[in-house]
Amino acid sequence: MTRQIPFRQALREAMSEEMERDERVFLMGEEVGAYQGAYKVSQGMLERFGERRVVDTPIAETGFAGVGVGAAMVGLRPIIEFMTFNFSLVAFDQLVNNAAKLRLMSGGQFTLPIVFRGPGGAAHQLGAQHSQCTEPFYCNIPGLKVVMPSNPRDAKGLLKSAIRDDNPVIFIESEMLYGTKGEVPEEEYAIPLGRADVVRPGTDLTIVAWSKMQHLVALALPALEAEGIDAEVIDPRTLRPLDEETILASVRKTNRLLIVEEGWAACGVGAHIAWLAQSRAFDHLDAPIARVTSEEVPMPFAANLEKAVLPSVEKVLAAARRVLGRPAQGASGGARPGTHRSGASRSGG
Amino acid sequence: MDKALVLGLYRDMLEIRRFEEVAQRCYAEGLIGGFLHLYIGQEGVAVGAISAAEPADYIVATYREHGHYLARTHDLRGAMAELFGRATGCSKGRGGSMHLFRAEQRFLGGHAIVGGHVPLAAGVAFASKYRSEKDVTLCFFGDGSANMGAFHEGLCLASLWKLPVVFICENNLYAMGTPLYKTLAVEDVSTRALGYPMARETVNGDDVMEVREAVRVAVRRAREESLPTLLEAKTYRFRGHSISDPGKYRSKEELEFWKQRDPISTLASRILGLGMATEAMLKDLDAEVRREVEDAVTFARESPEPDPDTLYDYVYAEDKGGEP
Repeated sequence: MTRQIPFRQALREAMSEEMERDERVFLMGEEVGAYQGAYKVSQGMLERFGERRVVDTPIAETGFAGVGVGAAMVGLRPIIEFMTFNFSLVAFDQLVNNAAKLRLMSGGQFTLPIVFRGPGGAAHQLGAQHSQCTEPFYCNIPGLKVVMPSNPRDAKGLLKSAIRDDNPVIFIESEMLYGTKGEVPEEEYAIPLGRADVVRPGTDLTIVAWSKMQHLVALALPALEAEGIDAEVIDPRTLRPLDEETILASVRKTNRLLIVEEGWAACGVGAHIAWLAQSRAFDHLDAPIARVTSEEVPMPFAANLEKAVLPSVEKVLAAARRVLGRPAQGASGGARPGTHRSGASRSGG
Repeated sequence: MDKALVLGLYRDMLEIRRFEEVAQRCYAEGLIGGFLHLYIGQEGVAVGAISAAEPADYIVATYREHGHYLARTHDLRGAMAELFGRATGCSKGRGGSMHLFRAEQRFLGGHAIVGGHVPLAAGVAFASKYRSEKDVTLCFFGDGSANMGAFHEGLCLASLWKLPVVFICENNLYAMGTPLYKTLAVEDVSTRALGYPMARETVNGDDVMEVREAVRVAVRRAREESLPTLLEAKTYRFRGHSISDPGKYRSKEELEFWKQRDPISTLASRILGLGMATEAMLKDLDAEVRREVEDAVTFARESPEPDPDTLYDYVYAEDKGGEP
């Protein structure tokens, strides 16, 4: 049996079910309890589980992220909520130097079963400090796993796996997706980390996108279909460890690759996927790999500028046509995809 | 004073001193690489504090942790082999001098980002309280940590949530090479406790018995009342910040002044004065400790390096594929 529920409810069910089945799991973060969650993800959980297991914190990310790491070291399984992943940067040392490294530094004597979760990326006009993608930072770190679900079903199944995983997992959601509904099974299930989902099979072009970029790609699909382009759409779901084989198998089939990501281009996750494809499927590629990313600027506030920075349906369509060697159509709506105006190239030119 | 106790504390301090003297020699011989932060001069703090805790109490320490590790484990071989980067080291050659770990004796490192382990220690105490266990966490750090945000946040949460943790600041008067008066706006680090708030005390870190007594009281407060304490032990390191630091920012007179307070020689004088042992007995004890340290060096030298085929071990725990 399935039913339609919002993303935030799927997350809440995952946490609540895991807290029911495992006494060691607890939720900690700013506003998770009495306020019912800054984005209402944890609504009702304080009432259900009490103050011992749904722990409100002061605004002290370094402090409570560190508390989570210490608690995980001695066998608890914390879920640490960041109100947004922008605030995780205040706790970066705890995630990168402690959570990711303690297992190796101790020669495997400690496990770190901890989940850091919360929304990432841009919402509407939140300004530069609240509108950025942190997944490239965390994907760069051995010892961490990074998960970014795009729909309620995946969100629930992946969060359950993340909570059960014995490693630190960075679980990045999206403010823009919390209200989106999707089919979620009634019965118990979990989705393994590290496995991509082939959202739409196709033959002409592989499009890799995650989190809310999946929704952008979905919006672009009708136009692609109208142009006779049969795209295969892949949602990696877990960015580290990446399901390399699913992506490579698709590229070997379609011979063309487009990566759509909300983050910046330089050293982004898509740069890694492009490297992967050229190093292991070079002979299968019929065209240069394309990427649609955000423009290389801290996010400006003005609505029109924000729109110009972010990936758009138009940018996705233009990039898809380019990979397929088709002529560009009409106005591309702002900045041209693929022409990343990096500081380096500007100063060099 | 209990004779067996005093002699035991003396031996523990001597073990650390001789271990580090030999480690320094091995470093000079090129047998040890990387950083080497010696604890020489501060042994009274680790030995006094850890002797006041139960074996099941957790210990979280800094990168200057040879003393704390040995005071808890007496694992000379595992520590020396770790300094040598060998597979038999207590962290299997993955940690080195700054990252000694021994889970089975609840020694939780060995942390090398100043202040970063303070909230972590609060988290270990949080877990004890969460599980209604009576274990206490001892968290050691230097005066340099007292200015870090992580320090403040860790103490803030420990006080707010009434966590069973004892924060022990080893104030050796220098944050690396910068004297305290240039780095700290208060005279005593323990003053900081007022704002969180939590119980506080400043003690003479070179008097192992005084440290022990203060920690005993703080551990009892943590265990019985689930309340944190900020203890400050004033002490002095006789060597530089690390092996590459000759410590030229300190005068000979200053160093001599503190060497008169050497926790080991002052306790030896008390032992002799109280007739707990003779000079000959202390000499024999020293010879025995030196032999044990040399045995550890032999063990480390003869141990294999980590197998390169194990390079990717310990990066991730086993993937259970979403299964519990």
